[in-house]
Amino acid sequence: MTEPLLRIRDLRTYFVTDRGSGTARAVDGVSLDLYPGETLGVVGESGCGKTVLSLSILRLVPEPPGHIRPGSLIEFEGRNLLTLAPRDLRAVRGNRIAMIFQEPMTSLNPVLTIGDQVAEAAIVHQRLSRAAARSRAIDLLRQVGIPEPEERTDHYPHQLSGGMRQRVMIAMALICHPQILIADEPTTALDVTIQAQILELLERLQRELGMAVLLITHDLGVVAGTTDRVVVMYAGQVVETASTRELFARPQHPYTEGLMESIPRLDRPRARLHSIPGSVPAATAWPPGCRFHPRCPYAWDKCRTEEPPLLEAGTAGHTARCWLVAEPARRREEAAR
Amino acid sequence: MTAPAPLVDVQDLVKHYPGERSWLGLGRPRAAVRAVDGVSFTIPAGTTLGLVGESGSGKTTVARTLLRLTEPSSGSFRLDGVDVFSLAAGPLRRLRRRIQIVFQDPYSSLNPRMTVRQTLREPLAIHDLAPKPQRDARVGALLDEVGLDPELADRYPHELSGGQRQRVGIARALSVEPAFLVCDEPVSALDVSVQAQVLNLLADLQQKRRLTYLFIAHDLAVVKHIADQVAVMYLGRIVERAEAARVYEQPRHPYTRSLLSAVPVPDPAATAQRIVLPGDVPSPAHPPSGCAFHPRCPHPKKNERCRTERPALREIAPGHVAACHFAEQPI
Amino acid sequence: MTIASWLTLFATVAWTAAVVAWSRRVARRARRDSGRRFFRHPAAAVGLAVLVLLATLALCAPLVAPILPSTQINITDLQNRPPSWQYPLGTDFYSRDVWSRLVYGARVSLGVGTLGMLVAVSLGGMVGAAAGYFRGWVDGVLMRVVDVGLSVPRIFLVLAAIAVWERLGVAPLILLLGLTGWFATSRIVRAEVLTLRERPFTDAARSLGAGPWRVIVRHIVPNAAAPLIVSAALGIGNMLLLETGLSFLGVGIQPPQPSWGNMIADGRDQLMVAPLTSIFPGLAIALVVMALNTVGDALRDALDPRKS
Repeated sequence: MTEPLLRIRDLRTYFVTDRGSGTARAVDGVSLDLYPGETLGVVGESGCGKTVLSLSILRLVPEPPGHIRPGSLIEFEGRNLLTLAPRDLRAVRGNRIAMIFQEPMTSLNPVLTIGDQVAEAAIVHQRLSRAAARSRAIDLLRQVGIPEPEERTDHYPHQLSGGMRQRVMIAMALICHPQILIADEPTTALDVTIQAQILELLERLQRELGMAVLLITHDLGVVAGTTDRVVVMYAGQVVETASTRELFARPQHPYTEGLMESIPRLDRPRARLHSIPGSVPAATAWPPGCRFHPRCPYAWDKCRTEEPPLLEAGTAGHTARCWLVAEPARRREEAAR
Repeated sequence: MTAPAPLVDVQDLVKHYPGERSWLGLGRPRAAVRAVDGVSFTIPAGTTLGLVGESGSGKTTVARTLLRLTEPSSGSFRLDGVDVFSLAAGPLRRLRRRIQIVFQDPYSSLNPRMTVRQTLREPLAIHDLAPKPQRDARVGALLDEVGLDPELADRYPHELSGGQRQRVGIARALSVEPAFLVCDEPVSALDVSVQAQVLNLLADLQQKRRLTYLFIAHDLAVVKHIADQVAVMYLGRIVERAEAARVYEQPRHPYTRSLLSAVPVPDPAATAQRIVLPGDVPSPAHPPSGCAFHPRCPHPKKNERCRTERPALREIAPGHVAACHFAEQPI
Repeated sequence: MTIASWLTLFATVAWTAAVVAWSRRVARRARRDSGRRFFRHPAAAVGLAVLVLLATLALCAPLVAPILPSTQINITDLQNRPPSWQYPLGTDFYSRDVWSRLVYGARVSLGVGTLGMLVAVSLGGMVGAAAGYFRGWVDGVLMRVVDVGLSVPRIFLVLAAIAVWERLGVAPLILLLGLTGWFATSRIVRAEVLTLRERPFTDAARSLGAGPWRVIVRHIVPNAAAPLIVSAALGIGNMLLLETGLSFLGVGIQPPQPSWGNMIADGRDQLMVAPLTSIFPGLAIALVVMALNTVGDALRDALDPRKS
């Protein structure tokens, strides 16, 4: 059994709101493992905490109003990232763990050439000379599929299309051969045909470089096609973890089931879509007991008062935060009703 | 006995933006940007046409010209026989009751300084649709119809969720009792579970009020659940149009095929070969010669003719048109 | 100062504290965040208090300053006296009560500043909104006028106007300050309007059948108000400084009518003997301008809708 590359244990990231409505507990006790070479998908809708989770790993959460609670652990290469000194943390960012974001236009500096931006990480972390870094940057631009990289390296972000900019971001992230790539909704802002290109690129690069990818998305289709394992988040918590095949074949948590039922799908006939009633609760007021209970078709008394832990659900590695796992009979009762 | 004339009849809709001039506005004018380059379709009353395309396809421009938010360069649009493009300001204002639009972004499609009640009362006031004392009752009825608690009437948009705001936008559009509703990517900015709710709402409203929809989207899976007809746009033109089922089962244009295969399917067992198109979505300012799709086209029979001769939109089967030289031999 | 006027002064201070406390309470309870964001700056409450206090004093001038500002009390004995219970800020070279002059001068200086700002903001707002909404040649013409206005140094414009008309009354002075100060505001408003007219809710209003007038008044202006309000708050400070500068030079408000500017000028020759006669009005100006800037900054944060 290989050791996980990244271990997150009981991560809590809270935000102080100025509305006087209290603390927003955006990430509220998340634990997960990322193994070398795998693609782990983190799936959830807005308000579930997945983006805050990704920012917390590299400590990119703005310190006021956010703060990571003591007692949270993010272990990488034997050290807790949350207690690293700033200098050591900087040596990890962009170098051992890299991140790409959703909006390539706002994530790139509009006044620097793309070559400069790609080379920056190499200069900072690998102490290459400008000339050597430039040539590495050109290599990387070629590797991510940008045509005529020698010319393009002197272009500015606004001269590139959305897909190209995302490739540049990927090049920036990969230039130091990181062990982990965190991709926060990397294709959401792109057209469908470009999305397919970028996903294919990420798959290829992952194979070539042997890195682990933490893919954050709300799109179950992307998850199905790209990930090895999946973590489903709701209301700041992990509600289900499983291998991708297992999750789609036998979802255990009612939220996961509901999500899968409510996606419009090409491979299903036209029909009225199932929809999960209600809406995502506010992070300042998570419901008591199981956080999904107000919207769950199976909820009973226990769900309203006791918060379920992650329970083993049949196959190895498949866990779900639901009392139904302990009492599967109730699911049949509800279905019969 | 002939079928009744379709409610919506658009013919050869064109919208050009004049090219920018270099030299501070004094140099030679550059070529025009042909955002919409000859689009035609009809929509029978009570049905939905799904208009699909990526960025640069011109689908949003089509929506804006139909509403005359942007004036078209040429073409005609007949709504129930009335030529919308030739109306003067007065009659146009009256006609605006019959055609409405739901916008994509629930965050910026509502005036942040107006409460829901004020937003919904405004169309009633503009068109004098109810005597003042009854307007509040109308507002309550509208909120109810879109599935919102009438208590929300005194909230500001920033106090509502994305799904709620979008419902308010729909209620606003319905307040003037339109016959034709243009939905410009109404669910793209919403979460998956909310998306389903809003799509169901739109389907219910269509049935209840006998509405006709032009449903614009980039997501083919979403369109499948609401459209009776589907038209696929690429670089300002329609490249394929047919009954929805035919487009999904027997697409004739290589772009449609590529779009369909690019949509990620939530099923890990579905490992169908994905067609990944090379290159970027072209910009309407620099359209390729001949067939606009040819630089990226994966069709095995692509040849010189594709590069030089633009294929006409022709009928391949009854009710099914496509613009490809090899439409009879789809990939 | 009589006992009655001292009491009134304390009452005014208490009233100011009450007003500020009441505003904070309203802000905390309100549905909209803007009030709470405003008071998040500790200096904002202080600035607000200073402004409320001075405005109230100015309005209640006869009650808190019983001696008229131009009264020469006792030219032989009471010249250049330091502060005392009877004359809280002392007397000046002409044995006039400095406190009275300060309070009555507040009327003039604050009044000219506020009214001048109102003229400038109204004019700038209308021009900017028209230019931004209609664009085309309207925009072109108006913005060229603004370009000219911005390129000429304002102080020269004002001095030139004064040179032509010699003595200016208060009203013409206000107009002059207003008419020379609207250019920057129009640019700001125009920029806001340009973005607002592209927002979908403006399209929605148009597609519902709203005419341009309704769109501008009901949709664009309320949303463009934020930068306008901030510009106004900071603008009063500018106007105030300009007026005091002119009065100092002797071409603004004419003595014996007190203005903080001409009070400083009067005390200039006495700086060795009685520096306080110049320092007090100077302090007052500095205090008001700082308060206005603080309140303006806090308003900018409060009204910025992105911070929610």
